[in-house]
Parts: sequence; structure tokens; C-alpha cells
Amino acid sequence: MSGKILKKADAFYDVYERKPGADKLTTHYCPGCGHGTLHKIIAEAIDDFGIKDRTIIISPVGCSVFAYYYFDCGNVQSAHGRAPAVATGLKRANPESIVISYQGDGDIAAIGGNNILQAANRGENITVIFVNNAIYGMTGGQMAPTTLLGQKTMTTPRGRNPHNEGYPLRLSELLSTLESPVYIERVALTDAKNVLKARKAVRKAIKCQIENKGFSMVEALSPCPSGWRATPVEARKWIEEKMMPYFKLGVYKDNTKGKEPYIPPKEEFTTSEIEKIIGIAATKGKEEVRIEPPAARYRNPAIKIAGFGGQGVLLLGEALAEGGMRAGYHVTWLPSYGPEMRGGTANCQVIISDDPIGSPLVSAPDVLIAMNRPSLDRFEPDVKKGGLIIFNSSLIDRRPQRADVEVIAIPATEIADNLGNTRVANMVVLGSYIAKTGILTKEAVISTFPIFIKRRDLIPLNEEAVQKGIDWVEG
Amino acid sequence: MARELIKGNEAVIKGAILAGCRAYFGYPITPASEIAHAAAQYLPLVGGTFIQGESEVASIQMVYGAASAGLRAMTASSGPGISLKQEGISYLAGSELPCVIIDIMRGGPGLGNIAPEQGDYHQVVKGGGHGNYKTMVLAPNSAQEMCDLTMLAFDLADKYRNPVIVLADGFIGQMMEPVEFPQARTVEVDKPWAVKGTRETRKNLITSIYLSPEELEEHVRKLARKYAEVERNEQRYEAYRTDGAEVVTIGYGIVSRILHTVVDRARKEGIKIGLLRPITLWPFPKKKIEELTKQVRAFLVVEMSTGQMVDDVKLAVKERKPVHFYGRTGGMVPSVDEIWEKVKAIIG
Repeated sequence: MSGKILKKADAFYDVYERKPGADKLTTHYCPGCGHGTLHKIIAEAIDDFGIKDRTIIISPVGCSVFAYYYFDCGNVQSAHGRAPAVATGLKRANPESIVISYQGDGDIAAIGGNNILQAANRGENITVIFVNNAIYGMTGGQMAPTTLLGQKTMTTPRGRNPHNEGYPLRLSELLSTLESPVYIERVALTDAKNVLKARKAVRKAIKCQIENKGFSMVEALSPCPSGWRATPVEARKWIEEKMMPYFKLGVYKDNTKGKEPYIPPKEEFTTSEIEKIIGIAATKGKEEVRIEPPAARYRNPAIKIAGFGGQGVLLLGEALAEGGMRAGYHVTWLPSYGPEMRGGTANCQVIISDDPIGSPLVSAPDVLIAMNRPSLDRFEPDVKKGGLIIFNSSLIDRRPQRADVEVIAIPATEIADNLGNTRVANMVVLGSYIAKTGILTKEAVISTFPIFIKRRDLIPLNEEAVQKGIDWVEG
Repeated sequence: MARELIKGNEAVIKGAILAGCRAYFGYPITPASEIAHAAAQYLPLVGGTFIQGESEVASIQMVYGAASAGLRAMTASSGPGISLKQEGISYLAGSELPCVIIDIMRGGPGLGNIAPEQGDYHQVVKGGGHGNYKTMVLAPNSAQEMCDLTMLAFDLADKYRNPVIVLADGFIGQMMEPVEFPQARTVEVDKPWAVKGTRETRKNLITSIYLSPEELEEHVRKLARKYAEVERNEQRYEAYRTDGAEVVTIGYGIVSRILHTVVDRARKEGIKIGLLRPITLWPFPKKKIEELTKQVRAFLVVEMSTGQMVDDVKLAVKERKPVHFYGRTGGMVPSVDEIWEKVKAIIG
């Protein structure tokens, strides 16, 4: 026998310094436990592929929580069931790293069931080693999702009953129905022949990741003599006689040959490129248009704009706020938000001010723009004395009752329809407001359109609508 | 001075990218979703990662993974989602991983509603997860600060190797205001502890497990020393017209904007009140409050909750002066007039 055979894999620490206690040379696993075998298979694969520096192993919750005592590679410990999500973050951050998520049955198939399902479905280029021993080992022998029917555990003292606990969950079969996973195989850590197959499967799964082909998983039926209250020999026999008939060994998915490697693009940008990409470079150094201040009674308006969804109420407010900002004012724009915007009524509150704005809320508006009847009914009483109400007389069949405010009645929808697009009624109203008050010029308003109006060909129409509103007021 | 009119939620992402954030993992929820939308729009364009996680629980763990790898990473949500993220936040704090989490508060408890509220103060500021840990909490009150404090959050997170939460309400997230964006930074924070899948970082271990009681106590003590340092160094606030104030109002987020207007109105009428706005909710600006305690007749705390931050104010005041409280909930926002009445009652 040569000394080489007895040597620990290089991917294991020679001395387990992180392990507490005096014994720093052997693992904490029980005699006959499958973890030791599996650790060795993984460590040898890491050696043979020469990836020790690149490898990160995620230790889960369960008996293998201390996998990091042993593996001489990058180690991250994760919360129960979350290893596939943690692996996703690690791998996306450094796609050159080799990320191995090592998980037990409770971890992967119960508490982390959705995490493994979704990581597999995203096709994360990671390798998952799933240790199936049909029981929660570390927490003291409770039922796992893979516990067999009739199997007694601390939480199935009369044996697993399908009417109460359902049937053992076959994860390899389940994941193999997904499109993304590249390689999934179930093996068993029993006799030499099966261990050899496990060794081959683990190597193939890691190679799949090294070659950037995508998600791979090896499920290993693994003995837990302590949890099963059996001798190591009995435990191996139990896998063969009880587990293997239900959890059939074999390759459940293998697309390693047909799959093209995918290497995510690695791009780096200069700071000025980044500013350009996120659209802040364009705003730098832009000249502001100072315009004549409006008459005193129209200064510093708090504006409420309301209508039904689709009338462009929020956009009208945005154009005012953006125009106000460009004219050098302080501005705020506050929307009603959420599902109510989709179909129901919408309103927004805009303040244009000479001074910094405290509260952006407009409970008593100086200006109310009402695009439909419910908006006028609801907000008319709130308008400040001496304020201004502009209402869309095409859709509102009454005049405001208030005698202490100025009123503009404008058939905005009709004017917009005559322009050929009912949706520009908001811009007609906007035109009437700036013409009445002089708060902004037409040029200041239309200079904002390229920001809000996605379809460039509609900009001239919107400009025309603003002009019609101006004409209505100026007669 | 050129500025961009932008929603607070979008300013968060532009600020994050300028601060060097290159990974976002999140789950949609109103009123925080625009943060995810902007992240999905921009991060892939700057060589970053955006993933819509399968859940809040998974999203924060993806942040855990990316932060372990040394990347500036973030997530965002609203109250119900933050409740779910608490598992991950505890692990991040326990493993001393830097990251940024944004909470755009809505109404609760339970499904509540999507209107703005400030009911997440306790779960965010006091630490909603298990164990002895703290997260730094920054409270912006404008779109500009949504950008600026997000950037600061990344710096503080790296400086102290700790999660930092930006706590805003639905209005601060949804409101559009002019924002002047600073220049993008080249961020080269040395993270020798990270696990990157390289030779240099091979010996590293990211973990929060310390099985022996002695070791865990030592770890918790080490965290506590770090938190004490944060308390000494990082208390931030804005004091507005507190000079000679007989009553100082205290509020954060959208409430501080309303209080600002109340203070201006009062001062115009010769009533001496001021505003203290905590910018860090943890560490809470205790020193400043203690200082004001000597000067004022009373404090008035206003929140969009049934009273959560007021507890911290009382701890700082130590019963030396009366601490009054006014709160609205459910998306009802206290108006200037309501608070004005309360102030007049206190002044007498």
C-alpha cells in the first residue's frame, strides 16, 4: 500500500483547526454516516479538477453545518434551507467561482423547498449535493420530507402516515421536470459499486459547473445509523431494502452534451459612462429658464389635479412640476398611488414655490383642476378662498357652487376630440392654467414633453393642445 | 444647478449605482416596487445583477451571498416584506455582512393597506429578527435624501460591516422632487474577509454559528462594542429653528416636512417652537435631545403610528420634561392644522 492512498485529499485541511475539542484530525460525524464518504468524494473531485482556490462550499443547517471545519476552500454558512439563494448571490457576484451547495433533506426539500425549486429553474450555474437520509439527523431524529411510509421518527412515533404526513417527496424526479437543470442523478452510499457511481456523479456535476453549462444536482441516499438506531451495516442494508425501491437510483436528467456553455458578460464601466447610462449626465449643466414671476395672487400655488385613470392627471402634474423646476422654483409632486390608479380615480398634488417646501401635502389647494364630476364634487369645498378652479366642462354638467373663487370652464375633452385625440384634454387644461396665471410659459411647459411623452410623434399634437387651452383663456 | 425631477424610489437606485452597488435582489410590493423597476432597468446596463427573487426570504439571502462575496448589494421592500426578511437580516448582522435594505412603509398590521404609515419603526429600529444585534437606520425626508442617504448607507455598511436600513414612508418613496445627483464613485473598499472564490480569500469563512457559549458570548460582546462605537460616532439629525424654542417637535420622514411648515407658521406668529428631525433612527440622536431637554418646556413627538419612536424620545428625556405625542395611522396623514392645535394646547 502506498502512502499516497492514505493521504487526505488536498482540499481537506490537514488539521481541522476550526473544530473544537482536542481531536483535530477526525470529523465529528458518527461512525457509518454518509457525510464522511461524500465529503471525501467532493474533496477528491476538487483536487482532480484543480479548483481548490475557486471553490466555495455552503454549509447548511443540519449535521453538515460544520462542513467548513474540513474543506480547505472558501466557506459560507447559511440559514436553514436558504443555501440555493445564498449560492445565487455568491455565484452572480463572482461567476468564476465554483459554488457547491451542500444540503440535507429537511433543509432542501422542506424549509428550503421553494429556494431549490427556483434556483434550479433559474438554471443557476451551481452544484447541489443533496444528502437524503430520510430523517432530521442533527435536531434529534424528526420526520423529513423524505421519511418513508411507516418509518418511525420522533415526530411520527407511530410511523409516517400518508393521511397525516403525505408521501415521501422525490426531489430529483420533481426537479427533472424543469427545463433549466442540466444534470440530476440519484446515487446511494452503500457498497463499493454504488460509492463509485456516486463519485462519478459528483465529478460530472462539478464539471458541469466548471464548463458553465448550468444547474447540476446529485442526490445521495445516505446512511444515518444514529438517526435510524442501526449499526452501520444495518443502515446500508436499510437503504438497499427500504429506500432504493422508493427512491430509484439513476440519472434523471442529463443535458450536459447538448447544452451550450453560458458565460455571463463581464463588463466594467468608467464613472462617466455610468452617469450617462443612468441618465444623470444629461441633467448636468443644463441652463434654467428664468421667467417673469406671475401676479402675486398666483404665486406659490398648491395645486390639486384630479380625474379618472387614463385622463393623464399624473402627467399633467409632472409637466407642471418639471416646468416649475426648470424655471428655478422649488417643486414637489405627490401622487395617489397603487391599485386605485388602475381604473379608478387618480389625483396628484403639486406645489410650485419660491421657497423650500415643507409639507408637500395639499389639503387646501390654491388651484383645483377637475377633469371629471366626482373630482369637482370631492375637492371643491377644500379650495382656498380666492383660489382658482379649472373644470372640464365637457364632462362636468355643473358649475362650481363656490362664489369666492375664480372659475375657468373649459370644454377640454371636446377640444381634444376636435384635435383628433381625446387623451390630450389634460394638455388643453394645462394651457388654460398657464395662460390664466402666467406661472409658466408655453415654452417652459413644452420643453418638458420629451421626458414624459414616449411617442415622439405625439409631441406636436400635445403642443397644439396646450396652445388651444391658451387660446381659450386669451380668447 | 441642474436637477432631475424624480421619484424618491427611483433616486434610491440611481444613488445606489453611483455608490457602487452592483447587485439587487428583491420581490415586488407596493409602495416600494419602483425601486425594483429602476434596479431592473439600470443594474444590468452597468454590469450589475438584478434578480427578482422567489420570495422576500430568498431575496435577502441572495443579498447575504453577494455580500459574502464582497459586492455592494441591496434589497428593498415594504413592511410585510421586511417582516419576512428579518431572518436574513439577523444572519447578516450575525455574520457581520454589509448590505443596504430599503423599507418604504405602508399601513399595517397584516395586509393593512398601501397608504403611507410609520408603523415599521419598532421592527426596523429595534431589530425584528432573533438575537442581540442592531442595524443602523437612516430616515430620509426628501427625494434628494433618498439618493444621498442610500449612498451613505453603503459607506456605513462597509465601515462597520453591518446591514444598514433606509426607512422611508410611502410618500417619500412616491413623491417626485428635484434631485441633484453627485458624481459616480469608484468604490474600492478593501474587504479582506470576503469569500470570492480566489486564492487570497480561500481561508475565509462567513458564519454566524458559535457553538460554544464562551465563543458566542465573545462574538456578541464584540458586536456590542461595535454598536457602542456606532452610537458614539454616527448620531445624525437636523435641528430646525430650535434656537430659543420652548417646545421642540420631533418627527422623521414625511412628518418632519409637515412639522417644518408648522414651525414656520408658529414662528411667524411669534410662538417659539422648533423641529428636531432624527436622520439616524439608530443610533438615535440622544445627545441632541438631552441637550434640548435643558432648554425646552416640552417635546411634541408626531408620528404616523400609535407611538413608536416616542419611546426612544422618552428614554432620552428621562422624564425631565413632558413628552407629548400625536399620531395618525392607516394612511391618515397629520395635517398642519391638527398639529397646530396640539402645539397651541401645549404652549397654553
